[in-house]
Amino acid sequence: MKLIFEKSVPGRHCDLLPKCDVEKVELPEGFRRETVPALPELSEVDLARHYTELNHRVHGVNCGFYPLGSCTMKYNPRIDEDMAALPGFTGVHPLAGEKNTAGCREVLDTAAKYLCEITGMESMTFQPAAGAHGEFTGVLLIKQYHAKRGDAKRRKIIVPDSAHGTNPATAAMCGYEVVNIPSAPDGCVDLEALKAVLGEDTAGLMLTNPNTVGLFDENILEITRLVHEAGGLCYYDGANLNAVMGVVRPGDMGFDCIHMNLHKTFATPHGGGGPGACAVGCKAFLKEFLPHSALMDEPGHLQVRAFAGNFLVVVRALAYLLTLGREGIPEAAKNAVLNANYLMRQIQGSFEPAFDRICMHEFVLDLSEYKKETGVSALDVAKSLIDYGMHPPTMYFPMIVHEALMLEPTETESKETLDWAAEIFRELYELGKKDPDFMHNAPHNAQIARPDEVRAARQPVLRWQKG
Amino acid sequence: MNYPAELQYSRDHEWLRMEDGIAVIGISDFAQSELGDVVFVNLPEVGDDTTAGEPFGDVESVKAVSDLVCPVTGTVCETNEELLDAPEKLNEDPYGTWIIKVEKVTDTEDLLTAEQYEAECTH
Repeated sequence: MKLIFEKSVPGRHCDLLPKCDVEKVELPEGFRRETVPALPELSEVDLARHYTELNHRVHGVNCGFYPLGSCTMKYNPRIDEDMAALPGFTGVHPLAGEKNTAGCREVLDTAAKYLCEITGMESMTFQPAAGAHGEFTGVLLIKQYHAKRGDAKRRKIIVPDSAHGTNPATAAMCGYEVVNIPSAPDGCVDLEALKAVLGEDTAGLMLTNPNTVGLFDENILEITRLVHEAGGLCYYDGANLNAVMGVVRPGDMGFDCIHMNLHKTFATPHGGGGPGACAVGCKAFLKEFLPHSALMDEPGHLQVRAFAGNFLVVVRALAYLLTLGREGIPEAAKNAVLNANYLMRQIQGSFEPAFDRICMHEFVLDLSEYKKETGVSALDVAKSLIDYGMHPPTMYFPMIVHEALMLEPTETESKETLDWAAEIFRELYELGKKDPDFMHNAPHNAQIARPDEVRAARQPVLRWQKG
Repeated sequence: MNYPAELQYSRDHEWLRMEDGIAVIGISDFAQSELGDVVFVNLPEVGDDTTAGEPFGDVESVKAVSDLVCPVTGTVCETNEELLDAPEKLNEDPYGTWIIKVEKVTDTEDLLTAEQYEAECTH
């Protein structure tokens, strides 16, 4: 497929802009560009076809099964989009004043109230733009808490080795030293390893529960108790909240602050580059450090972003919460867990799970034995799935499992879809034994065959240049 | 898999060879094989201090980014800048491609012999 710049013909155009009805003003000398910008020139029909062609080459959750582990690629109900498209929300200006933004503030306050109820927190902000920004905000709460008490010796944040890479990155960005602790053989926190690193220099612990291999850490109360006993705080990464929302509350597990990716768990399509939104919640004793929009509260408040954050994502989240309600939210979580366990057991017998026990909303397959036997890697299986119209699962993550494939079917998939997916995995398992070369070269029917990932990483071509 | 007997190994998959009091450090054949194609190497600066058991840089493969853990405490006296343009050398010849050289070595991790390291990798 040609790029839009390559389709450009000088002089072609679309008459999409209305006629200028104000006086034309020239930019002052010195502010004018010297060359004409290299913008593509196309007719409207060619432009429409270009984007439709791009659309056909993309695989989204609206096209088919998308079990990308840890990303929660659930189907997002259309009603949430409708609510976010209401002109009263899309047309509002952040400086419109208290009277004209009363409805918007009710959205923020109501969403905050419900999310506090779900997480067991007492205060919530929607300022952060997305997950990692939310983590950064959350860990800064911990930092401010220690700073205010004059406790300067707490320099370390503990992160298990199965954590999302953003956790250690966040701790480092906040100026902390990262202490990695190994997971126990069952994939959960190793209590002895935790005890060994806890001390007077512990600022806090960052944890997801269920963890990154999709298992609920049954020692969670003991873990948070130990961290608190050492004087540290506990930070909950809401990456896997979809498994437990409305069922068990991070606040009750002993966590002091939390972030949630609204674009993942609460109905905003994601993976396309944003915008996302992150809710950061905390217990009452951290509330004084929580950032808020200066417009929503009294001036002088801490802020991590302009105004109220990505407001329309919060509108979608609230619409989702209101349509599912108190009964629907835990039901969604339970169905996500049920779907994951069903798919895992249907695939088992061919590719084996890394941990043979009841999983939460996602599970990890370990293909290391299969690779030794057949030479077919997790990458080969992932690429082969593309030929069946399925988005590949997450590969080679978490790193504590070799040749990992991580599947998260989410609650919105039917039994028929899960049966179909399991059948494909079983088929590929047999195919790899018979014809490994065929799988080394997969996909065979996709728009793009196997790209040279090594060359792409070593000599990336990052933008089009006029020939 | 290759485990040259004349080298010492760390549990984090680095190899070490002492040359006139200078520690020459690279990654093992097992490490490069597990990483897959290396696409980028992040090196320390000459003069940086290293601590035994702490990262001194990282390697990025198509799969993931991994820390390079230094088996010795000392001061970096030379880095293999050739790797910045040709990281694939770590895959092609892991034992012929050193990453850093460390002088003023004051501490060394408990290192493994080739035999012990092989046992560690294959168990």
